[in-house]
Amino acid sequence: MMLEARFQLNRGRFRLDATFSAPARGITALFGPSGCGKTTLLRAIAGLEQVEAGYLRLGDETWQDAKTDLPTHQRSLGYVFQEASLFPHLNVRGNLMYGYKRIADTSRRITFDQAVALMSLETLLPRHPGNLSGGERQRVAIARALLTSPSLLLLDEPLAALDARRKSELLPFFERLHDELALPVLYVSHAADEVARLADHLVLMEAGRVTASGPVDELLTRLDLPLARDHDAAAIIKATVTGHDETWQLATLAFAGGTFSICHSGLEKNQKVRLRILARDVSLTLDRQRDTSILNILPAHVEQLSEEKPAQVIVRLKIGDARLLARITRKSAAALGLSPGKAVFAQVKSVALLG
Amino acid sequence: MFTPDDVTALAVTLKLAGISTLILLLIGTPLAWWLANTRCRLKVMIDAVVALPLILPPTVMGFYLLVALGPNGPLGHLMQSMGGETLAFTFTGLVIGSVVYSLPFVVQPLQDAFANIGSRHMEVAATLRAAPLDRFFTVAVPLARHGYLTALVLGFAHTVGEFGVVLMIGGSIPGETRVLSIAIYDHVESLEYGQAYTLSGTLLLMSFLLLLTLYSVKRRYRINRI
Repeated sequence: MMLEARFQLNRGRFRLDATFSAPARGITALFGPSGCGKTTLLRAIAGLEQVEAGYLRLGDETWQDAKTDLPTHQRSLGYVFQEASLFPHLNVRGNLMYGYKRIADTSRRITFDQAVALMSLETLLPRHPGNLSGGERQRVAIARALLTSPSLLLLDEPLAALDARRKSELLPFFERLHDELALPVLYVSHAADEVARLADHLVLMEAGRVTASGPVDELLTRLDLPLARDHDAAAIIKATVTGHDETWQLATLAFAGGTFSICHSGLEKNQKVRLRILARDVSLTLDRQRDTSILNILPAHVEQLSEEKPAQVIVRLKIGDARLLARITRKSAAALGLSPGKAVFAQVKSVALLG
Repeated sequence: MFTPDDVTALAVTLKLAGISTLILLLIGTPLAWWLANTRCRLKVMIDAVVALPLILPPTVMGFYLLVALGPNGPLGHLMQSMGGETLAFTFTGLVIGSVVYSLPFVVQPLQDAFANIGSRHMEVAATLRAAPLDRFFTVAVPLARHGYLTALVLGFAHTVGEFGVVLMIGGSIPGETRVLSIAIYDHVESLEYGQAYTLSGTLLLMSFLLLLTLYSVKRRYRINRI
């Protein structure tokens, strides 16, 4: 199943001309700077924008093409706006029921109680939206959207209006969404850390156009894209917990190119985790260092080099089937004689666990 | 205290105000919704026409209505050709006059209320599978209840209090077109000041109670929202 979309529209000087396809499962992030048209594209997908030309297909259902243009209320989608936009005249239960009762019994895939439990809303049901915190409101909005049993969930920067604390409160709920529901999600964001944490697939946008799209681990390490040139450029690696070292309180994580040891932090065996490794935390050596405090040293091959700034180089490394980025000085690159295909050792100074 | 004639006048007044307010809400709702949401160039024109009764002397309004409703006017002529009577000096004529005269008092609060809702909540309702009419009644109307309350009270009270238009097109037929304000005028003309006092006092008290209800309900509504 695939999601295919193509939209063209003009708004004054802004022109959106975006085409992309994404797997109809997991979280796809629409990522780009503010004003690049992410939200407009999301609204067009929901049928909330007048477009010049539009094409939208989800699996074998056509929502929009030259002949068809389903109005928003006939598209099986859930939409969570940047501000939760709960109905102020209804309490939390009323808000949740609004969409739920408009869905035929036979097409419901989630019960009221399931959605309430998923977003931990049990105690909030009789409350009015005005008495909720920003994070609580956003959870209600997500549950409300889920209760229409949508075939596609659209999230428009659902964390942007929240402060850092509320954000970290809410992120686990999105991870639950990801892990427990087989529902394709389009997630608009301009925050690289959210994308690294949540997205499986990435659609990059700039000035109204899609510049690239693909699996997140692949796109983050593509040297021709701006992501790898960012100060916080990083690689995402999916790993599984395989063992514990009780003596040193370390966990062993296996990934497509080897294993990492990281601090235990309550991980369970066979748990699947995401790791984020910043390019600036990876250094390279030609021989394996013996007397070093760095725990994670992996044999790798140089795949590609890009000159980033006058003094720095970004190196894309291949470790088994996984990719890593290393940012080193141009001087070091020359001294090590780095070129594509060269065998090196990647020393990883720190590994961030994304949950 | 009240003569039977005065009681009849009170009944006619309440019936007139009730029916007119009901019609005003039915006409005013779609009109106000359209005015609040349209980008049509005609909007300013319609805005101005709706607001006209606010500044036009009631006698001018009444005069035009009299002409329109009379046997040679378009509406009166239409009624006659359908086998009815002309509308001038009838209760129906009064209802038409009241609706026109009180239109801005109903349309403007509704229009403001609809404009304040903005488009977001309606979009949310659409993403929650509500069809246009469905979301109008389940989202727009409840969110505009403030405006409905104002429109209801102002439309009703303004109709109760009208004089000039009624005088021009209704005359003073007991049980048909003789409303409170006309009755008071007649009493004063015949120097029956006692009767005039009673009726005026009744009207004053009614208007005050209506507004008192309006403001206390609004206040509670605002407290509830926080």
